[in-house]
Amino acid sequence: MSQALTELSDYLRDRKGNLIEDARISHGELTLVTTGPSMIALMTFLRDDAQCQFVSYIDTCGVDWPGRAERFDVVHHLLSPRQNMRIRVKLSTSEDEPVPSLTSVYPGADWFEREAYDMYGILFTGHPDLRRILTDYGFEGHPLRKDFPLTGFVEVRYDDEAKRVIYEPVELKQEFRNFDFLSPWEGTDYVLPGDEKAKG
Amino acid sequence: MNEHNVRNFNINFGPQHPAAHGVLRLVLELDGELVERVDPHIGLLHRGTEKLIEAKTYLQAIPYFDRLDYVAPMNQEHAFAIAVERLTGTEVPKRGQLIRVLYSEIGRILSHLLNVTTQAMDVGALTPPLWGFEEREKLMVFYERASGARMHSAYVRPGGVHQDLPHQLVEDIGKWCDPFLKTCDDIDELLTGNRIFKQRNVDIGVVSLEDAFAWGFSGVMVRGSGAAWDLRKSQPYECYDEMDFDIPIGKNGDCYDRYLIRMQEMRESVKIMRQCINQLLGKEKSGPVSSTDTKIVPPKRGEMKRSMEALIHHFKLYTEGFHVPEGEVYAAVEAPKGEFGVYLVSDGSNKPYRCKIRAPGYAHLQAMDFMCRGHMLADVSAVLGSLDIVFGEVDR
Repeated sequence: MSQALTELSDYLRDRKGNLIEDARISHGELTLVTTGPSMIALMTFLRDDAQCQFVSYIDTCGVDWPGRAERFDVVHHLLSPRQNMRIRVKLSTSEDEPVPSLTSVYPGADWFEREAYDMYGILFTGHPDLRRILTDYGFEGHPLRKDFPLTGFVEVRYDDEAKRVIYEPVELKQEFRNFDFLSPWEGTDYVLPGDEKAKG
Repeated sequence: MNEHNVRNFNINFGPQHPAAHGVLRLVLELDGELVERVDPHIGLLHRGTEKLIEAKTYLQAIPYFDRLDYVAPMNQEHAFAIAVERLTGTEVPKRGQLIRVLYSEIGRILSHLLNVTTQAMDVGALTPPLWGFEEREKLMVFYERASGARMHSAYVRPGGVHQDLPHQLVEDIGKWCDPFLKTCDDIDELLTGNRIFKQRNVDIGVVSLEDAFAWGFSGVMVRGSGAAWDLRKSQPYECYDEMDFDIPIGKNGDCYDRYLIRMQEMRESVKIMRQCINQLLGKEKSGPVSSTDTKIVPPKRGEMKRSMEALIHHFKLYTEGFHVPEGEVYAAVEAPKGEFGVYLVSDGSNKPYRCKIRAPGYAHLQAMDFMCRGHMLADVSAVLGSLDIVFGEVDR
């Protein structure tokens, strides 16, 4: 398996080295790193070349690295049923820098890119219909970003007087406790309920 | 009527509709009875699974996978377990692999039974669901006897499975196989030659193989279009490479072919289950069911009572959890609905940095517009039925 991947990696570097920034193999998987302008050309090559034939579209998703200048990774997964190989193509982007949409190469990328937009706010140019998909109608924010709180900002309930579902700011009956289990011996950096009595 | 008075008609299909298979809202644009455009609105069951997983340890993330495709829960856990094992480099002992394969196939039958019979219900037949659900109930009892829960089993863990199977249970699963094949034949008899069922399904929702791949289809959806593509054969995981089974494929890529494939796959699954049971009762009668790496797999209760080290491991693994080396991995299994993948990014801590769940139903549902255009309104529910949609995994 890894032999075939090394060969593929060398072949791609040889043929389309100008489109690829980096190619590495780890855990038996080949990852290509590319840039926005060269992505479509690379993907089209991967799909159409006889030695690649990555005709099957698998997945697109975002990954958030808030510490970086270009905070998002856009990760595409492709599959070649003929060669029985998988490939991962990555590129990074920032909050307001759009990346080209893959829908012109693989129609199946449509919803996956909408999801990446919904969850991370990654913008895609050339996407036919970039709207939110999984979150509620009228939702604000991008929930999978690392700076979005786990509890969210609003909660819904049915209001008996208004006779409809209404939105309210989240009100937690008990404060959200982040059990930092990285150090179970040292305990938490906040006071556990009940412990304040012991201190006094 | 003048030409300009004729306008297309928009209707809402769902979110509360028995043929919507859950909470799907389809906005249909109709020209008379012809479907011009389909716009599925999904996300009504969105629970933020991926976000929640990022806030939990690897072990605590497992139960979320039961709640994705709740029709075949263990197949999902399996994908996540494989992803974690690949990152940590954990080996699963043979008996554990056999149990996983056995329960993956039970999950496949669970899912196909539900889909085939409800697809029949979507086009008007009421008996098949009753027959199918009787068998599903028996299979859920097997789930319960293995893990303690009928559906949300949390049984497949990184490193193996949670507990060993009782000897009697394996025998009972073996005894279930033959009567089930009889039920399969009964359902077959009700549907396969049925005139109404054929009129509603043959040549409906035809997908060419090329389109199927480009739209991200997998599983039965590509096999229906003629590709002998099954991850259990082509990229075998666990001990599937030792199993003897066939992959049924379709010729026409229509709803009827997909139905036939599902029926045949259930029989093939029984074949795999029999082989697993033979090994579980024979060569692999005893032995560990999960990895013996004590840094990943918590010790058994009995060990904890005697060994101080086991007690410490137990405490550490259930509070801090295990740390997974930095890296990224994409692990896929052949779930009943298609390729279920988990893209796991680890930053070296005890929680997943990113866990993208690639649900097959998501890719299938987005092609509704492509598949339904030009069909009649009544065909929408037939196509939807043959896509095998479960909203737990589509909305995540």
